[in-house]
Amino acid sequence: MSSAQHGHEAAPAAATPAEGGFEPKIIAFCCNWCSYAGADLAGVSRLQMPTNFLVIRSMCSARVDPEFVLRAFAKGADGVLVLGCHPADCHYIGGNYRARRRIALLKMLLEQYGLDPDRLHLEWVSASEGVKFQSTIKEFTEKIREMGPSPLKEAEGEDPRGEGASHH
Amino acid sequence: MSEKTGAVMVVGGGISGVQTALDLAESGFRVYLIEKTPSIGGVMSQLDKTFPTNDCSMCILSPKLVEAARHPMINLMTMSEVVDVSGEAPDFKVKVRHNPRYVSMDKCVGCGICAEKCPVKVPNEYDANLVNRKAIYIPFAQAVPLKYSIDATKCLKLTKGRCGLCEKNCPAGAINYEDKAVEETLDVGAIILAPGFSTFDARLKKEYGYGLYPNVVTSLEFERFLSATGPYGGHVVRPSDQKTPKKVAFLQCVGSRDEKVGNTYCSSVCCMYAMKQAIIAGEHTAGLEPHIFFMDIRAVGKEFEDYRNRAEKEYGITMHRASRVANIIEDPETKNLILRYSANGDVAEEEFDMVVLSLGLEPPKGASALGKIFDVNLNRFGFAGTNVYSPLTSSRPGVFVTGAFAAPKDIPTSVAEASGAAAKAGAYIANKRGHLEEAKAEELAVEGQEPRIGVFVCDCGINIKGTVDVPSVVDYVKTLPNVVFAEENKYSCSADTQAKIKEIIKRENLNRVVVASCTPRTHEALFQSTLKEAGLNPYLFEMANIRDQCSWIHMGEPVKATQKAKDLVRMAVAKSRLLEPLYESKLPVTHSGVVIGGGISGMTAALDMAAQGFHVDLLERTGELGGNAMKIYHEEDGRKLREFAKELVTRVRNNKNITVHLNTEVKDVGGFVGNFKVKINDGTELETGSIVVAVGAEEYKPKEFLYGQDKRVVTQLELEDQMQKGPLAANKIAMIQCVGSRNAEAPYCSRVCCANAIKNAIAVKKANPKADVYVFHKDIRTYGFREELYKEAGQVGVRFVRVPEDKPPMVTKEGDALKLVATDTILGDDIMLKPDMVVLSTGIRPHHDNEDLAKMLKVPLSKDKYFLEAHMKLRPVDFATNGVYLAGLAHWPKFTDEAIAQASGAAARAMTVISKPELKSEGIIAAVNEDICDGCAICEPVCEYKAITIVADPKNPEKKKAIVNEGLCKGCGCCVAACPSGSMEQRGFKNQQIIAAIDAALEESE
Repeated sequence: MSSAQHGHEAAPAAATPAEGGFEPKIIAFCCNWCSYAGADLAGVSRLQMPTNFLVIRSMCSARVDPEFVLRAFAKGADGVLVLGCHPADCHYIGGNYRARRRIALLKMLLEQYGLDPDRLHLEWVSASEGVKFQSTIKEFTEKIREMGPSPLKEAEGEDPRGEGASHH
Repeated sequence: MSEKTGAVMVVGGGISGVQTALDLAESGFRVYLIEKTPSIGGVMSQLDKTFPTNDCSMCILSPKLVEAARHPMINLMTMSEVVDVSGEAPDFKVKVRHNPRYVSMDKCVGCGICAEKCPVKVPNEYDANLVNRKAIYIPFAQAVPLKYSIDATKCLKLTKGRCGLCEKNCPAGAINYEDKAVEETLDVGAIILAPGFSTFDARLKKEYGYGLYPNVVTSLEFERFLSATGPYGGHVVRPSDQKTPKKVAFLQCVGSRDEKVGNTYCSSVCCMYAMKQAIIAGEHTAGLEPHIFFMDIRAVGKEFEDYRNRAEKEYGITMHRASRVANIIEDPETKNLILRYSANGDVAEEEFDMVVLSLGLEPPKGASALGKIFDVNLNRFGFAGTNVYSPLTSSRPGVFVTGAFAAPKDIPTSVAEASGAAAKAGAYIANKRGHLEEAKAEELAVEGQEPRIGVFVCDCGINIKGTVDVPSVVDYVKTLPNVVFAEENKYSCSADTQAKIKEIIKRENLNRVVVASCTPRTHEALFQSTLKEAGLNPYLFEMANIRDQCSWIHMGEPVKATQKAKDLVRMAVAKSRLLEPLYESKLPVTHSGVVIGGGISGMTAALDMAAQGFHVDLLERTGELGGNAMKIYHEEDGRKLREFAKELVTRVRNNKNITVHLNTEVKDVGGFVGNFKVKINDGTELETGSIVVAVGAEEYKPKEFLYGQDKRVVTQLELEDQMQKGPLAANKIAMIQCVGSRNAEAPYCSRVCCANAIKNAIAVKKANPKADVYVFHKDIRTYGFREELYKEAGQVGVRFVRVPEDKPPMVTKEGDALKLVATDTILGDDIMLKPDMVVLSTGIRPHHDNEDLAKMLKVPLSKDKYFLEAHMKLRPVDFATNGVYLAGLAHWPKFTDEAIAQASGAAARAMTVISKPELKSEGIIAAVNEDICDGCAICEPVCEYKAITIVADPKNPEKKKAIVNEGLCKGCGCCVAACPSGSMEQRGFKNQQIIAAIDAALEESE
């Protein structure tokens, strides 16, 4: 994973919530055949990882509509993972290639919304890669933690906290 | 269904018997499944976890038991035994005695009030007699069928005529003390024996003090210690004082490889189960120090060697290699145990808090009586007599054996054999297939109704409950909109909970069901059929994965894990609100098969399918059939493997149902289960309902030990070839094991090399008794009855030298002589040898083309590049992709008998598809909203399956629209994400359904 360059985000919210540390909220879209199975394998192998993510199962990474990703950010996700089968291993032949193109375009779009494109990450995790699922979750959670809360979340929050909150 | 449907009797309701029954039933045959105890499930139901995936045993077994019990083609007969068999296949007459249960199967609802009131306490066999049950009982909580029975030898009423409390208290009036044994005679075409095994009686090893010292326990007892449903709730404690032990010793080969007790064979499974128990015990108990005392670690199965490495390196298990414990003495004060054992030639002593005896496997109790009733031969150890070339066939035609009855073996091998036995038995009655008319279930109309959601949250024993606060999840769920019912279950998947869910659906008028438990990948289908039986459309179901993806990966964080479990359930509930009933359409089936690979496995699979009347295209990439076996000259069971392979070739050639395609490679695979199209290199497109992958494997070509540089260095196969041609011109022969196995490049064990090397070593000694033959090895892994070869080799004077795992021998040239230097770990010293010949026991490598074929078939490979089955334990010959099956060395290195059994298994599984008159399509497929679609055609090229076509709109010929072919659509949803107008939707994964889950995920909870 490349290290985050988050200069694009206007005034990253440096102030963490008062009640002790920023806990990122991450949505992880997992394809049914590889990544969801890889996540299950991580469980079967009792590989421990942070609790900050919630998995949404889709049959293929290509089912992940750009709308889903934008919706997640709009609703306050700090990061979104899209996990699919490795290139050439897609259960549906080439769905993951389509996912790859869509995510590349989406990242450009995110930048226009004032979001660091690194908040969206695509990774290949196979059914036999419980360990990779674990490391992906750990690294992404850490990266988002460093980046701080999503600026969209601050903007959308029903209770703008006046001076302490960032202003875009 | 016709009265003349062919029937098979299956004797034994363990995992092997259940699997064989299911395969036969799914192929259109009637099955009588006979089990002598009150419940099916066998020994697997007693296990806590299974190696090498550490899957919860009950969790993967329970759905199979439920499926067997509810299958309309299976007549489950518990508390029953066979008393007489007459006639011949396919016209056996089998007399079955149904022993009295004293509880009416029809009336008993399994409430358990009877057992609560029963005053008689009896040691509970299921819990290895560690705790008591009552005289009226169910063997275990997930028993199938969930019906009580009375232990007639212990019941006061039945023995002494007093008490009668159960009858007085039974609310269903199910108790019947007058119940009598009933006999009936059944007509069957074939019989499959699956009576399982028993374990060695640890009392016979007096030197270990079992029965005298409370802290010496058996492996089966320890399995119950580890189980959440066991007597200690999954906590490891010392029986003497209920304290947590620190140092626990596992002793291998108790009742195995032991001349003194008469069991000279290896029990094959104990090494792996001991490592599993040590790992799990360590996980359950902080600071536990497991030690394993063993002679050789026999980690020969798929990914077993990795498991062994993890056991040692990650879990810190201390391995005492080449150590047999001589005796155990108890410290009478502390009840600690002092072990005396050999270590590197010396005698050592060490004190432990607790000792687990890894018991060997023996023939099932009553095996000799069984042999007499069915008139089948047993071998010298009392197991069923079979042959390497017909591993599933007993001495009596039409009677087959599967599972541990023929030899000690692990679960996947037993399951593969079970399917194989189904193929063999089905051949006797192939012309009498019956197909059930699908009962038209009345389905409750739910459209337009307000959602009424029921949520079932599973403890999974302690798998979930150990980390997640389940009651608080249940309380939380009750606050969610539209949730009208929520409750906690110990095991949501068990038969009793299934029955309860059905009842609650009806009672509460539920129209959506959410289960929060394990993964939908393994359990969705089970719950969906429960919904179906309750009259709900099966797609009105959603799962929240709070075990694999929550409690198991957040073990140290109960508060956060509980919060996450609530989040996951809230998401599932949100999605479930928007679920709609879905319907599957019927698809035609091509009633023929394609087998890829013309070796022993491929030919066996083809012959088994042909024997049931199906046409098979057998594809072989080389110019001749026979595969690797054609190169193997040594004998197995008194016959050369090569001769057997040649006979198979003749049988295949003469079979009118088999078309052989030589010099043939697969170029493309299209279609789907029941309707594949396999394109081969001559341009032909073969239509088939299912595909068996039996492409074999390759011999490792050594680069080390001067191979290729000095002609005195040869492989085992080359040695066999030389011995064919005449006497060897060598008097000092050094064999080196694990050449190209168990190293950095191929970290796994190739399984067969030890036995094959020893076989050749014995042959060399027999031909020339003066020859010195050395075998340099890390472990000798002659598992099962092949241990006898190891013993024989010692007797004829073959010398075995154990070398360090990380330091193989060195072979160099000194002048013209070969020089071998190795470290002998037993002597602790280097030895030097000048052999006339060095023979390399080369390992097995996956076929180099596997990746290409895997891509075409859309199936995965394992980390070592063998084909990866759907589930390592219970689906050993299936792929996750329906309709594609796996056999032989393409799966993993294995012996001929194992490959043959597995090939028959793959054939049986393939026949469950091609024997069906029709199949059902997926429910979760794409659908076009024709009102919105404007025929822009963006979706058309996106579909990999060519399932979408753009046609003129019949309502308005000016306009175009997309249509989806339901047979071709695989339900990936790729087109849905591409559709710009929102008219393409994926059923079960609609945009609004997923968005509901996203919104729920990010909602602020509590």
